[in-house]
Amino acid sequence: MAEKKRIDAPTGTQTVGHEWDGIEELDTPMPRWWVWTFYATIVFAIGYVVVYPAIPFAHEASKGLFGWSSRGQLQQVMDAETARRTPILSAIAATPIEKLVAQPKLMEAAMQGGAAAFKVHCVQCHGSGAAGAKGYPNLVDDDWLWGGDLQSIEYTITHGVRNPDEAKTRISLMPAFGKDGILTGTQVQDVVSHVRVISGQEKASASSRRGDVLFQQNCAVCHGPAGKGLREFGAPNLTDPIWLYGGDRETLTQTVTNSRRGVMPAWGHALDKATIRMLAVYVHGLGGGEATPVAAQIAAQAAGAPEAQANAATP
Amino acid sequence: MSPVNDVTAPAESLYAKRKSVFPKQVDGPFRRFKWLVMAVTLTIYWATPWIRWDRGPHAPNQAVLVDLANRRFFMFGIEIWPHEFYYVAGLLIMAGVGLFLVTSAVGRAWCGYACPQTVWTDLFQHVERFLDGDRNAQIRLEKAPWTPMKVWKRLRKWAVWLVISFLTGGAWIFYFADAPTLQHQFWTGQAPFVAYGTTFVLTMTTFIFGGFMREQVCIYMCPWPRIQTAMTDEKSLIVTYKHWRGEPRTKGLKKAQDEGLPTGDCIDCLQCVQVCPTGIDIREGPQIGCITCALCVDACDKVMAQIGRPRGLIDYATEIDCEAEMKGEAPAPVRKRLFRPRTIAYFAIWASIGLAMLFALGVRSRIDIAANAERNPVYVRLSDGSIRNSYLIKVRNMQSRARPMAIGLDGLDGALMWREGQTRDQASRTLQIDVPPDQVLKERVHVVAPAQGIARQDFAFTLRTLDEQKEAAQDDESFVRPEVGQ
Repeated sequence: MAEKKRIDAPTGTQTVGHEWDGIEELDTPMPRWWVWTFYATIVFAIGYVVVYPAIPFAHEASKGLFGWSSRGQLQQVMDAETARRTPILSAIAATPIEKLVAQPKLMEAAMQGGAAAFKVHCVQCHGSGAAGAKGYPNLVDDDWLWGGDLQSIEYTITHGVRNPDEAKTRISLMPAFGKDGILTGTQVQDVVSHVRVISGQEKASASSRRGDVLFQQNCAVCHGPAGKGLREFGAPNLTDPIWLYGGDRETLTQTVTNSRRGVMPAWGHALDKATIRMLAVYVHGLGGGEATPVAAQIAAQAAGAPEAQANAATP
Repeated sequence: MSPVNDVTAPAESLYAKRKSVFPKQVDGPFRRFKWLVMAVTLTIYWATPWIRWDRGPHAPNQAVLVDLANRRFFMFGIEIWPHEFYYVAGLLIMAGVGLFLVTSAVGRAWCGYACPQTVWTDLFQHVERFLDGDRNAQIRLEKAPWTPMKVWKRLRKWAVWLVISFLTGGAWIFYFADAPTLQHQFWTGQAPFVAYGTTFVLTMTTFIFGGFMREQVCIYMCPWPRIQTAMTDEKSLIVTYKHWRGEPRTKGLKKAQDEGLPTGDCIDCLQCVQVCPTGIDIREGPQIGCITCALCVDACDKVMAQIGRPRGLIDYATEIDCEAEMKGEAPAPVRKRLFRPRTIAYFAIWASIGLAMLFALGVRSRIDIAANAERNPVYVRLSDGSIRNSYLIKVRNMQSRARPMAIGLDGLDGALMWREGQTRDQASRTLQIDVPPDQVLKERVHVVAPAQGIARQDFAFTLRTLDEQKEAAQDDESFVRPEVGQ
């Protein structure tokens, strides 16, 4: 294998002293430019270690000559972005939500900001397309328990639903008719039959006729004598095809027996005013938004249907 | 023992050094035509970006502009949007077929006269001749040792080449931005980096290709000689040496004639070789290095006149003409060689692409609508039982003025729609929108239709302008309902 080093005749270069099958390796010197480039990289590396954070210590790395850090650079970018957004966000926060609609530029920012905030805070319950799930309202349809106009949505997001930490929260407490012994098991079934009749899922029967009487005594206070619901109490319309928990017999039996008390956080504690406002605008734009505020609806309802007002007045 | 020692002769080099070409000055009709083509092509190239074209306040006022930032291509009265890129593709195909047409009719005329490599090389050779003298002086200078005088001459030549490269190669950037603005930015250091980078790259490639690589680009780098050879046939014009007339070559013509030896017209003066910009000898027959610039024809005709022989020993002629001449027959008329199936076919393809594009340009719509159904959720059941679908609609206004338009529903009976941010009580069958000039407007719309109906019902979003032009467009879509029983 290793033999004596010697000079190779045709090239005049020294060999490294190895031979395999008659093939020898020349010990060709490095080109000078290569060597100098190599030295230059060493010099560069030393400079790099001095200028940038590079040497790891127990808890942090060396600071570098100019105090640069990737975290600091990120902070700079974030600060610049915050500074860029601040005027828009404060304008959104300062504009009442019903007047926001008339300002296309703010609306565009609000729509985009709302869509982004929705993806962070709301999709966990309401789904990425806002179509909800069992027990989590569908925000894309036009069925609103507490009102679907801009102010109502903003209020709901700010104060939540049945939120124990919030005094102004949306609250409606349906009795657990079966569990609390207000209705017997048969009576619950009769009420369920009646509800399935008024929602067009069943034909009238003896059971549903008994249920109608029970309904008027126990349920009409909140749901209205016709079962159309009352937003003042967040009582759902029982005659439409939209069900938060389901309109089948089994689910309805559970609902009447045990009541449903879904809770939504009061985002006023967690999010700033502008973000909540942007969320409200975005949710309103999903297609189910309503024009008239809930207060005006109630007034119109009261003027047109005195008995509804009477029902509403009775606790 | 190692066999390395047994190698005594140095291995033959695999690389042949380039032989420098020092073409001699020549004059004649082809040379003058070459001057003309150079002047015209360079003028067009240099002046085009500076032609102004008033398009109003919303569009650039440059006649020819490739606006990469806004993805527009402007060419005088024509504005091309990215989705209309087939016009550019059509132009490229026309350029290709046009090259086939020209090649089959008059040979490699592109190579000889119009190719940028030829034009710039020619320009650089003139600079060389003007500064260093003609062929012999250049050869002397090349062989001379590196005296201060030679260094000065070389630096002077390279400097002029560099200036030309910068002025011509760098001018390319003006096709991609407003020329006067960009020029001001360029000199004040405010131009985008890509402008400086492009200028540098094109200056250096012009300098190197035109100054140093020259015929090597044609022979080794360019694919066209290979392809163009396939385009020519016996009826295409090529530069030919008429060997039956020229051979045997006779150097001392008078002496040979006196001695009664056989003589050809070629007196082996080598003028044809000395003037050739690619350094070939045309008397060796057609070859890939010949770009058919016909400068050898000019040179040879001059010599023929001096020795009292007819012109055309080296000639720009078809192979068929040459054969006819060899047999003593009259050459075919020019129209016969121009109008033949091959050229007619190329012309027909070329013209029909052109006409099709002109027609498409004439009737093309300057508005466009594209709707995309939302899929999350696919449909929504509303409290009155009806079904709602949502769509993202993009409306394009390709004119440089704001235009009022109406989006409507075609089909889908009983359906209404409203746009994002509005409410259902504002729903109708048409929506009015003002689309800003030169912009794509996005609208999210909600369409509600009765629940009764098939699961996937076809309909169309229609778009029409509410101005005097009354343009219309539409996009087909589907309305999705839950299957029966769901």
